[in-house]
Amino acid sequence: MRTRKVSGWHLLLAPLALCFALPLVWLVLSSVMTNAEINRFPPALWPKGIDLGGYRYVLGNALFPRWFANSLLVASVAVGSNLLFGALGGYAFARMRFAGSRLLLGLMLATMVIPFQLTMIPTFLVMKELGLIDTLGALIVPSLVTPFAVFLFRQFFLSLPREMEEAAWIDGCSRLRVLFSIVLPLARPALATVAVLTFLSTWNDLSWPLIALNHDTQYTLQLGLTTFQGQHHTRWSAVMAGNVITVLPVLVAFLLAQKTFVQSLTSSGLKG
Amino acid sequence: MSTLPRAITLAPQAAVPPAAARRAARRRARRETATAWGFIGPAVVVILGLGIVPVLWSLLLSFRADDLVTPGRWVGLDNYRALAEDPGFHTAVRNTLLYTALYVPLSLVGGLALALALNRRLRLIGLYRTLVFIPFVVSATAQGVLFSFILDPEFGVANSLLHQLGISPQGFLSDPDQAIYLLVLISLWSGVGFCVVVYLAALQDVPPELVESARIDGAGRALILRHIVLPTLTPVTVFLLLWQVITALQVFDLIYVTTKGGPLGSTTVVVYFVWQQAFQTFTAGYGAAAAYVLAVALMVVGAALRVVRRRQSRTEGVVR
Repeated sequence: MRTRKVSGWHLLLAPLALCFALPLVWLVLSSVMTNAEINRFPPALWPKGIDLGGYRYVLGNALFPRWFANSLLVASVAVGSNLLFGALGGYAFARMRFAGSRLLLGLMLATMVIPFQLTMIPTFLVMKELGLIDTLGALIVPSLVTPFAVFLFRQFFLSLPREMEEAAWIDGCSRLRVLFSIVLPLARPALATVAVLTFLSTWNDLSWPLIALNHDTQYTLQLGLTTFQGQHHTRWSAVMAGNVITVLPVLVAFLLAQKTFVQSLTSSGLKG
Repeated sequence: MSTLPRAITLAPQAAVPPAAARRAARRRARRETATAWGFIGPAVVVILGLGIVPVLWSLLLSFRADDLVTPGRWVGLDNYRALAEDPGFHTAVRNTLLYTALYVPLSLVGGLALALALNRRLRLIGLYRTLVFIPFVVSATAQGVLFSFILDPEFGVANSLLHQLGISPQGFLSDPDQAIYLLVLISLWSGVGFCVVVYLAALQDVPPELVESARIDGAGRALILRHIVLPTLTPVTVFLLLWQVITALQVFDLIYVTTKGGPLGSTTVVVYFVWQQAFQTFTAGYGAAAAYVLAVALMVVGAALRVVRRRQSRTEGVVR
């Protein structure tokens, strides 16, 4: 009786879950098809063999590996600096008393709800003034530290007991030392959350690179992929191979940090 | 003694003479302020410099005719007046509202239904949850490229499946009557997972003893859902509503990759309109005005939901 009930749920859930997976399965399958298999009608649903022509074509292109490196550079600088400056800022807001701290925190939180589209034109102008347009600097500077990182660290530090830090101050430790040798080792969940979400948002962004970059040697992977699609319409397997390479790092990051990732998403907006 | 940093929570030491103590406290406070500013400095420069400043700059721009290259000229409210009469902007607003009105309720209802279905102990349930959520981490660019391939009218796999079912080939994203609905579907494919995860987390907070006693009293599944589960989920639903509305009103990447606002303007949303004005036709002041209209709409939605939320927490407080 019980086993039949269980299998009933599987009958509903398995096809549903499959629907979500299918487009991605098709992405991977089409990336290893030959052009003949893709271009015939109706297209083959399953490749005869694994043809790596698409991948060879993409990786042999001088620009594609460069876009990958650009994306990796921008994302890793963003992750590193959000961890550093986010933790510093969050710590100051959580543990130090100084004039104007409430106002500053309020202003920072307010910027979280400002839509990017409102700020994109003036941000472009600011970057132009700084001479950063059409360089990776234009992507790196705005993503150095986000209000989200500061806020998340602050919330996390507030939840830590103060006793150990107080003991360290009394022993003559500087604030910086307390933060790095006592607080941060305890803050691993916050560090992981900020790292994963920062990586995801910088790696996946298209609109800002689209505005800030003109020259295709500076492109990120997402931006490169959009031009790729037009140029290589006849080589869908190459476009799909490029797409797989774009999606893969995020999927790997997600599968490695699945638990943290899901927790951070569910808690980020709910416990305000 | 006074050179040591003092823990804030300690009581002031009574043994020190009052005047000296006050001076020492002031000195400590000043040092504390300096350290604090050192800590928050980078965040303040980046966040406020690229957060608050552009908001004001954008407002100024919206009162100007500006192409981002040559010096602009003050035109007052002309941009806003022109927007009110611009059929292109009207279409963009209509498309944005249509997209939002479809995407938000569908993602919430679909997310809740899936979460309820996935909220049980089964073998493979972890796999099912992962599969439902995974599209969420795929960038809009990658989604766009993938679905323009799947939905390609000539050699896409979608048409070949329809062919096998005996349905005539469709234009999909190149058909002005279908494009925006397909974009909603693609967004749902990736966006539902987020709602599912949030609802799954919230379902853990449904008090099991309440469900149990209701069941003993003879309440069926539907009654339990309506009177116990749904009320527990209300705060989460309000959060998701706000979140999804903001996401929907700001959709851009997917549209840029798939339809570029076409065919025949059928998928030009407000954000796409802003981008076109600022970076394609170089009427940045006009684009800034359109962006401000969107931002004000977002703020109104946010404020309205805040009021609802506050009223809710008040009534909840009464119940408890």
